Amino acid sequence: MNFDDYRGVWVFLEEKDGVIAPVSLELLGAGRRLADKRGSELSGVLIGEGVNILAASAFEYGADKVFVYDDPIYRYYRTEAYMRAMLACVEKHKPEILLYGATSTGKDLASAVATDLPTGLTADTTQLDVEEDTGLLLASRPAFGGNIMATILCKKYRPQMATVRPKVMKALPRQPGRTGAVIAESIPLREEDVRTKVLEIVRATTRRVRIDEADIIVAGGKGLGSPAGFQVIHRLAETLGAAVGASRDVVEAGWIGHHHQVGQTGVTVTPKIYFAIGISGAIQHLVGMQNSGLIVAINKDPAAPIFQACHYGIVGDALEIVPMLIEAFESALGRKEEANAGKV
Amino acid sequence: MLHIVACIKQVPDTKIIKMNPKTNTMDRASAPAILNPYDSHAVEEAVRLKARYGGFVSVLTMGPPPAVKAIKKCIEIGADEGYMITDRAFAGADTLATSYALTKALEKIAAIRPVDLIICGKMTIDGDTGQVGPGIARRLDIPPLTSVCKVVEINRERGYAVVHRKLEDGHEVIRSTLPCLLSVEKEINEVPYSSMPNMLRAARYQPHIWSVNDLPDIDRAQLGLKGSPTIVSAVWAPPKPQGGKLLEGAPSEQVNQLLDVLLERRELLEVGRS
Ligand SMILES: Cc1cc2nc3c(=O)[nH]c(=O)nc-3n(C[C@H](O)[C@H](O)[C@H](O)COP(=O)(O)OP(=O)(O)OC[C@H]3O[C@@H](n4cnc5c(N)ncnc54)[C@H](O)[C@@H]3O)c2cc1C
Ligand SMILES: Nc1ncnc2c1ncn2[C@@H]1O[C@H](COP(=O)(O)O)[C@@H](O)[C@H]1O
Repeated sequence: MNFDDYRGVWVFLEEKDGVIAPVSLELLGAGRRLADKRGSELSGVLIGEGVNILAASAFEYGADKVFVYDDPIYRYYRTEAYMRAMLACVEKHKPEILLYGATSTGKDLASAVATDLPTGLTADTTQLDVEEDTGLLLASRPAFGGNIMATILCKKYRPQMATVRPKVMKALPRQPGRTGAVIAESIPLREEDVRTKVLEIVRATTRRVRIDEADIIVAGGKGLGSPAGFQVIHRLAETLGAAVGASRDVVEAGWIGHHHQVGQTGVTVTPKIYFAIGISGAIQHLVGMQNSGLIVAINKDPAAPIFQACHYGIVGDALEIVPMLIEAFESALGRKEEANAGKV
Repeated sequence: MLHIVACIKQVPDTKIIKMNPKTNTMDRASAPAILNPYDSHAVEEAVRLKARYGGFVSVLTMGPPPAVKAIKKCIEIGADEGYMITDRAFAGADTLATSYALTKALEKIAAIRPVDLIICGKMTIDGDTGQVGPGIARRLDIPPLTSVCKVVEINRERGYAVVHRKLEDGHEVIRSTLPCLLSVEKEINEVPYSSMPNMLRAARYQPHIWSVNDLPDIDRAQLGLKGSPTIVSAVWAPPKPQGGKLLEGAPSEQVNQLLDVLLERRELLEVGRS
């Protein structure tokens, strides 16, 4: 394998509800930095049906080139079909680094591609850097239940691949009008070659705020005392436009569905602001949220471990504090709206 | 007869493991070794499918000799047979080398009794990648189905499976040819307490144990540390949030101080409201 043949940083561009998924835009931001450091190009790979038009926004968020596989066979994500396209693209254009969002689709695709190439794949990366002269990717991630951070290298194979957690990297500000090259690609793939069929897609009927993608999460624990007490969590979340999170004990008590559980056996989240209210801060909870930008804890026990992990803490009764907080926010944010209204 | 193989791993219980703060290595002795929690759901699902369709459940693990205990745990859940591959040559394997070794063992198991379905856990709590399952599927060239939250139907005669794959906002219904590999979510089932007969059987049970020499046509260069493209170059303690600043004063003052901190990040709150 001649490493010099492998150039450039690529991002798998995941489509979500007709736009490029936020995590892919974040990866374009991170990828841009790596490509600039290497003096190489940043490219996106778009696979889907009718996805051609999405290339434009990839350029506005930093891509120089976008490889597009646009065909009805890619209508739904299917491992085999997407993998064939990605493998063909990698073999033809040879990237040095290839990044995927650590979403269910990104992880599924990356694992399959890594095995077939073969190459190394680092999962759930939270920090990325590259050695300027060698192009060696330094992919770091939490390991062993969050007890340590580890930097993983892939010295002997190219491309170097990693899945990257959503909400960790920063998208660049959109640069309207920035353009690049669209490269239409295709492979001879027939429906009979794909051994899985998507029979149906069932969207959850209740509009669930996705905690893995939320900027703000208000999470509640057993300390709220009862399902009725837990309602203050929903109210604060509504005031802030936040998603609702929960500890496992609350989920097991049936106060809220398991999609809301944060932690080792729930979802790992990295919002910009995380409120832990009436949550003790067990290690299994902490590993799921400790990389959040700003952690605010409210707990009546000053010795609760959550206070070791938070940035700001209030010792007090959540059922008293949270309603005050809601009121304070409503008037602060409300005043802003009045001010704006006044300007019109 | 439907033959299902669940891949399982023994892992240190990462929630109570102690770290050596100087070397940032795990003190393995400080944590009990347990069956990877996600893999117990994989075994349970295999056992449930056996109850539904009839069949045979095998479990496979790669690990050090004490991992026999994890196999016994699977026998308690209801597995029929256990296989373990254990050898110095496997040590230090990353996901690519792990999936290679497990695939070789699966080929040998399939020669004894053809395999229709392989079930893996969503991920291990020590490796924490979820990559080994899809890796095995690619090596065997069978469809990998990840994020499976329900098995609707397994039709061995007609050679297909129908499953639900969990999506961020719902699920999709997928039909795949058999054999295929499922990586299952924890909500797919609940693992009940083991029955007394299973516990008694597990206590006496001895799994099949193979070393690298027992696996035919194996390429040693693809095993263990030397067969692993990824290497760990550095480990360090995760940054702890500095803050831990407890606000002071009457509750209303504390609320106002917090409000000030948060309003500095006003743009977020506004994004949240739009
Ligand atoms: C294998 C395993 C996996 C696990 N995975 C997870 C996971 O993914 N996520 C998770 O969250 N947990 C997980 N757990 C459980 C975890 O160990 C804790 O039991 C759980 O997080 C505790 O939930 P809690 O903080 O809501 O409840 P508690 O520990 O009961 O804490 C309640 C807190 O509320 C405070 N409080 C009480 N009243 C008030 C009040 N009026 N106002 C303010 N504060 C108040 C108390 O001081 C206390 O600190 C796991 C456990 C195991 C064994
Ligand atoms: N050493 C192993 N032996 C058997 N199965 C394994 C092993 N490592 C991983 N697996 C399987 O692959 C799944 C994903 O593991 P991982 O990629 O380590 O997160 C696990 O839930 C197991 O089903």
